[in-house]
Amino acid sequence: MKRSEVAQLLDEPACSHNTRDKVTCGRLQPGATAGGCSFDGAQITLFPISDAAHIVHGSIACAGSSWNGRGSLSSGPDWHRLGLTTDLSEQEIIMGKGEKKLLFAIKATVERWRPAAVFVYQTCIPAMIGDDVEAVCRSATTAFGVPVIPVDAAGFYGTKNLGNRIAGETILKYVVGTRDPEPAPPRDGMRIHDINLVGEFNVAGEFWHVAPLLDELGLRPLATLAGDTFFHEVQSMHRAEVTMLVCSKALINVARKLEERYGIPWFEGSFYGIGDTSHALRSFAARIGDLDLTARTEALIDREEKRIKESLRPWLSRLQGKRALLYTGGVKSWSVISALQELGMTVVATGVKKSTMQDRERILELMGEEATLIEEGNPRVMLDLCRQKGADILIAGGRNMFTALKARLPFLDINQEREHAYAGYEGMLELARQLVITMASPIWERVRRAPPGEDTHPIEGEGTWVNH
Amino acid sequence: MGKPLTVRPLKSSQTVGAVLAMQGMANAMPLLHGSQGCSAFTKVLFVRHFREPIPVQTTAMEQSSTIMGADDNLMEALVTLSAKSGAEIIGVIPTGLAATQGSDIRRVIRGFRQEHPQWNEVSIIPIDAPDTTGSLESGFALAVAAMIEQLPTPKRAEGASLARVNVLVGSSLTPGDLEELRDLLGAFTLEVAFLPDISNALDGHLGREAHRAVTGGGTGKGFFDAFDKAMATLVIGRSLFAVADGLRKRSVMPVLSFEHLMGLDATDELVTQLCFMTRRAIPARVDRWRRQMLDAMLDAHFHLGEKRVALAGERDLVAGFHDLLAEMGSHVVAAVIPHGVLHRPDISAVVGDLDDLETLANRQGAELLIGNSHLDSSASKLGIPLHLAGYPIFDRLGEFRRCRIGYRGGRDTLFALANLMLARPRRIVPYRSTLRACFTHSGAMNHDARLVSNGHFAHG
Repeated sequence: MKRSEVAQLLDEPACSHNTRDKVTCGRLQPGATAGGCSFDGAQITLFPISDAAHIVHGSIACAGSSWNGRGSLSSGPDWHRLGLTTDLSEQEIIMGKGEKKLLFAIKATVERWRPAAVFVYQTCIPAMIGDDVEAVCRSATTAFGVPVIPVDAAGFYGTKNLGNRIAGETILKYVVGTRDPEPAPPRDGMRIHDINLVGEFNVAGEFWHVAPLLDELGLRPLATLAGDTFFHEVQSMHRAEVTMLVCSKALINVARKLEERYGIPWFEGSFYGIGDTSHALRSFAARIGDLDLTARTEALIDREEKRIKESLRPWLSRLQGKRALLYTGGVKSWSVISALQELGMTVVATGVKKSTMQDRERILELMGEEATLIEEGNPRVMLDLCRQKGADILIAGGRNMFTALKARLPFLDINQEREHAYAGYEGMLELARQLVITMASPIWERVRRAPPGEDTHPIEGEGTWVNH
Repeated sequence: MGKPLTVRPLKSSQTVGAVLAMQGMANAMPLLHGSQGCSAFTKVLFVRHFREPIPVQTTAMEQSSTIMGADDNLMEALVTLSAKSGAEIIGVIPTGLAATQGSDIRRVIRGFRQEHPQWNEVSIIPIDAPDTTGSLESGFALAVAAMIEQLPTPKRAEGASLARVNVLVGSSLTPGDLEELRDLLGAFTLEVAFLPDISNALDGHLGREAHRAVTGGGTGKGFFDAFDKAMATLVIGRSLFAVADGLRKRSVMPVLSFEHLMGLDATDELVTQLCFMTRRAIPARVDRWRRQMLDAMLDAHFHLGEKRVALAGERDLVAGFHDLLAEMGSHVVAAVIPHGVLHRPDISAVVGDLDDLETLANRQGAELLIGNSHLDSSASKLGIPLHLAGYPIFDRLGEFRRCRIGYRGGRDTLFALANLMLARPRRIVPYRSTLRACFTHSGAMNHDARLVSNGHFAHG
């Protein structure tokens, strides 16, 4: 991928912060950098297209450590969890045999699984030595009669976020608009409306909390990009009436271009929290402008909110007044705040490293002007803030789990690797349950106690937090 | 060209192994020279396996440094880590990207030494373990070899301590294995210095400090100075035999190498050597552990004898499990290794992936699988139990530290394997004879009547 193309992807006109000087997207600092690369961003975006095969073209470093690592669940085939790779060796790189090997890999894949399509992921080494993955894919498409799609997102192109965008661009370039959806099966007295969900990854199967509600309202997702979705669904995204951008700005380019090219309006929303879930459902009705749908949506919201508030009641007393430090990115940096507030909790600080200006504005709206925004979430900063603000729990991504646990602080995993489904009304119940499980555990006083025969230790960790 | 398509990889790359070895060094930081994803993937792999924070950094190569050269990235990373992280040892590990680019890390390190003498105390170890050859095990071994290169020139006639042994350990040993080995050697009143030592770094303990930027525990820099004071060096794992050969050439210190320490024979061999070295009989404690293992072998042989086992893992682990199982009368009917040659003509192992293992296990009628967590789907597809071993294990707690070596590790592993066989659902489908009803209706014959009165056919 050319540098100019990368620059173009980083310059996203639909991002509200794009008019000002860039505070994000800066150069990475060697020796002080965390987070995934562009290849990672691309694979997490596209792998959940689960009736396609996904081949990682590169050394074993790329697929070998990362395959089968995401919690995105599929109701169909599990081909996104096969870890397919060309596993390039030193000799193959030196002798330039990568392209040929890739072609054979595609052949073997098509013959064995007959996938709806094959996605081929370019990685650092073949990108640098100049393997022409696009040409191989073109030949393979002709030779094997299956769409073979190059995803040019080598790790050194940049961050994970850039990889998300490259994946989105790839979908727009090669997939969307290549097939029309089947007509929806008729339903008595109800018009079926087609929608797109962009940035919904079905982590831990959480979209399955939401899908039945959409079904009941007659909203048919043509595709969820990408979580529990199939190739032919993604092909037909151009026929939707409205797009919801579910998670962060990572795929905002897809939403914007669907609007520009096919006139599909889009809105940004979240399925975390009662209010946000209801708001998302209302937004569909409002954008579609079907009065009957609006009425049915209101009735459903009314019913579901009553039901979930009733089920949440026993949990609320145990969560009331608890203080959380939240460190996550994008939409979650504000949508989880409101979900926690609905559970009676206070968010004492939140991370904004991966949040846009618009996300920040919403955070300030929810938390008030005194909100503490964490720009750089290294473990030291987070722990100091927890102490300073009297936080009862750290809510963050899995890689920060041990930051919390080693400091004897309760923790909840809110990012991709989590095991629990928090979306939709039903997800709130799970969220409350998991919060109580960690915060109310009897282990905390024991692990914070000084060892027998020792006075309370001044060291952070052992012997501290006792009176908390 | 080998198999063009790898399906469900067994192999982890060499850099992953080098990062693991660095976790066993004290106040250390592995620095991957490449794009940021390599360090992120490696970190996540080990965080999920050990459920511990894993220090690892990257030189964050991007588009222009990939094309124009990334020496500045490496230099900047070394400066940043020396100034901010508090690392005493930095292992510089080029990824496939930097290696293919032809990056000369030693030259950059020399430049760093010249420009920044204020950080001369920080050891910087170049570790050449590129992604494109070998696997986790060989990367780990290359890192150990690189650390051995840090040893000073041997001093002659320095008084060897009769109580000290150096122990170089390969990647197949878990934190629990190292604890067991320390205990075993301790029973011979030997003081043990491991290289590397993940037993006090990744053993899953709650430390006093809440957060460290660099590794905790591990082998300290003092190891290198004290190395030549030891009476002998033990080397555990065939993957380190090349390192052992180098040590034999380096000085006259005895170097004892062991292919692995799994099973009775292997442990007996070690204990015999220890008795000889320390000129004493087997300590009472060790003898007790041995008798416990013998008893476990008796109990378990009913369940493991003649069982057909399929194995996937790094070479040292495969050899160890094979020998442990062979002692019990089990048969390894399928063995897959990620690369290389096993150097064991008696074991027919193939280089391949987990897909190959599944196919082989199915074809050979395996009754038990041994390998990492990714084999879970194969186990359920084949309908046979899975014993977890190797990297990564992410769906069970505590397996990262399971001890398999020595008498106690052998005893517990045999119990675990036998229990998997015992817990299998019964294969025999109940069969009710269509004729049987006739007997009861037509009036039972004499001996049947006796059975009925005994209650056997009470509901017949």
